[in-house]
Amino acid sequence: MPSFDWITTLIIIFGLIAIVMSTVGYATLAERKVSAWIQDRVGPNRVGPFGLLQPLADGGKFFLKEAPIPKTADKIFYQLAPIVSMGTALMALAVVPWGPTVPAPAPAANVAEFETVQKKYAETFHGTIAPGLDIGIVYVFALGSLAVYGVILGGWSSNNKYSLLGALRASAQIISYEIPLGMSIVGVVLFAGSLNLETIIAWQQQHGWFLFFQPLAFLLFMVSVYAECNRLPFDLPEAEQELVGGYLTEYGSLKFGMFMLGEYTHMITTCFLMSILFFGGWTLFGLENMFDDPIAAGILKTAILAGKMFFFLGMYIVVRWTIPRFRFDQLMALAWKVMIPLSLLHMVAAVIVRQFELPIWVLSLVSVSLFLLAGAVSVTTNAGPNNAPRKRVKRLESGGTVSTFSPGGEGRRWRSGGVRGILKG
Amino acid sequence: MAMAETDVKWVKEPKLGFFEQLYLPLVFDGLKTTVTHIFSKKSTESYPEQEPTLPPNYRGVHRLNRDEEGRVKCVACYMCATACPAHCIDIVAAPAPANWEGREKYPETFAIDELRCIYCGMCEEACPVDAIELTTLYDLTGLSREQMIFDKEKLLSVFDITTKAGTDPVRTRSGNLGPASEAPKL
Repeated sequence: MPSFDWITTLIIIFGLIAIVMSTVGYATLAERKVSAWIQDRVGPNRVGPFGLLQPLADGGKFFLKEAPIPKTADKIFYQLAPIVSMGTALMALAVVPWGPTVPAPAPAANVAEFETVQKKYAETFHGTIAPGLDIGIVYVFALGSLAVYGVILGGWSSNNKYSLLGALRASAQIISYEIPLGMSIVGVVLFAGSLNLETIIAWQQQHGWFLFFQPLAFLLFMVSVYAECNRLPFDLPEAEQELVGGYLTEYGSLKFGMFMLGEYTHMITTCFLMSILFFGGWTLFGLENMFDDPIAAGILKTAILAGKMFFFLGMYIVVRWTIPRFRFDQLMALAWKVMIPLSLLHMVAAVIVRQFELPIWVLSLVSVSLFLLAGAVSVTTNAGPNNAPRKRVKRLESGGTVSTFSPGGEGRRWRSGGVRGILKG
Repeated sequence: MAMAETDVKWVKEPKLGFFEQLYLPLVFDGLKTTVTHIFSKKSTESYPEQEPTLPPNYRGVHRLNRDEEGRVKCVACYMCATACPAHCIDIVAAPAPANWEGREKYPETFAIDELRCIYCGMCEEACPVDAIELTTLYDLTGLSREQMIFDKEKLLSVFDITTKAGTDPVRTRSGNLGPASEAPKL
């Protein structure tokens, strides 16, 4: 791994953190605004023109509020939790490319050639804080799973039953969804031949977006990151209607703000990952090579990647108001009964296509047909997450005795909850 | 009595077909609804900048109507105070001045506790001379409980304000002073 200019790196770090933090601030405003529009309201519009200064007001409030610690809370872990949550989210951002990137050079024939190639590589501009990290995507996933420690520590140390329940749900959910998350990108990594995110982008520039070859993997990845970020429809760890905010219940002021910063930073990271892994990063059907000037090309590539990132960020918000929250058993059923088998099958398909060097469009076909097959299996076996556990229904006999009965009379019945005997009008 | 078997109607859940079990088409259907709402007309009224349009029979702050000569129309009959379910009207009657034609009494004081009032409009219905009316003024505020007890002058000034603004025309349908003040037609 070549050494990089540390001053440039520092400038990029500070610049990127500043940009990401303001994006997070405006993401919260966008979330509130879009939520309001979806509900036919106008949203926050009092602070500044169109409410544009609202994030500043929120941030100021977080700083100025008193930060009490519950008497029964574990003082150390209670304070550590938001630090873990935000720290891991920021660290994961380090390897994610946000602008133009150059893949690490291929192995050189001799030492002299290696030196020149590496020197040239170190001198080119990289739109990443830590370019050339060969374990890139694994590093992001490792920090993503560390982020759950923030949630668990916060929930447990608060000494509050709702917080603990939220933390328990978070751990179960994130452990379950990390499996399809990891397996869905195996296909991507197999074809790109590297875990390095820059190399993955370079592969897609040559061969086309992974979305077209592995649409099912993208779907699984997207659903998994929604669960990883605790976003609706998988926001059971927070679930303000059931758990009064879950693991966040006992947090206020800047500690709450840090949790929120961590959560939204995590969202931004995953949006970048979705665009990089499946939507070709800064590539856009050759449009990215419009300018020969390196600065203009760099800006264009950054803008393309940012556009994709903001598209997914918008999806996060719109999906939030489209799909209601899953019940916990449905959440687990979706992960273990649907997504893990599907991602396993998809992985095997990718391995077969790669090993026998079949044309890559075979994988696209397999990917789509696996998806359709899952639907067909759900229809024929009633085993999908839509179908709740079967319930026996009690029916009153005319004599007054109660006997168990499966209503409908034509075989098995599946109900989402309880019996609904409705009086004839 | 136990429910008869024939009275129970079993409702079957619609069976999910292949299209529904694929999940994604329905998600896109939902997203379509969500996105159309983003661009639909908003139902919010930005209140201080944008005043609500109220129906003419809105029951807001009371007013005491004046007759043509600017005198208080009220004849101090206590009908409104009697009809009031919240007991918020307090009237002290006095003999009408000698030069007031055809009037026996007039209210010396007339106070309505606007905090106690439930804005039911019973006083308006009870009044035989259409002297008390509810207006469309809705944004009444005060710094103390005493300020919210409206006396006769205040209620007459509400009449002046609302008739001048044209928001609440006088809704009197009866004669000069109303049937109670006139001699019965035999």
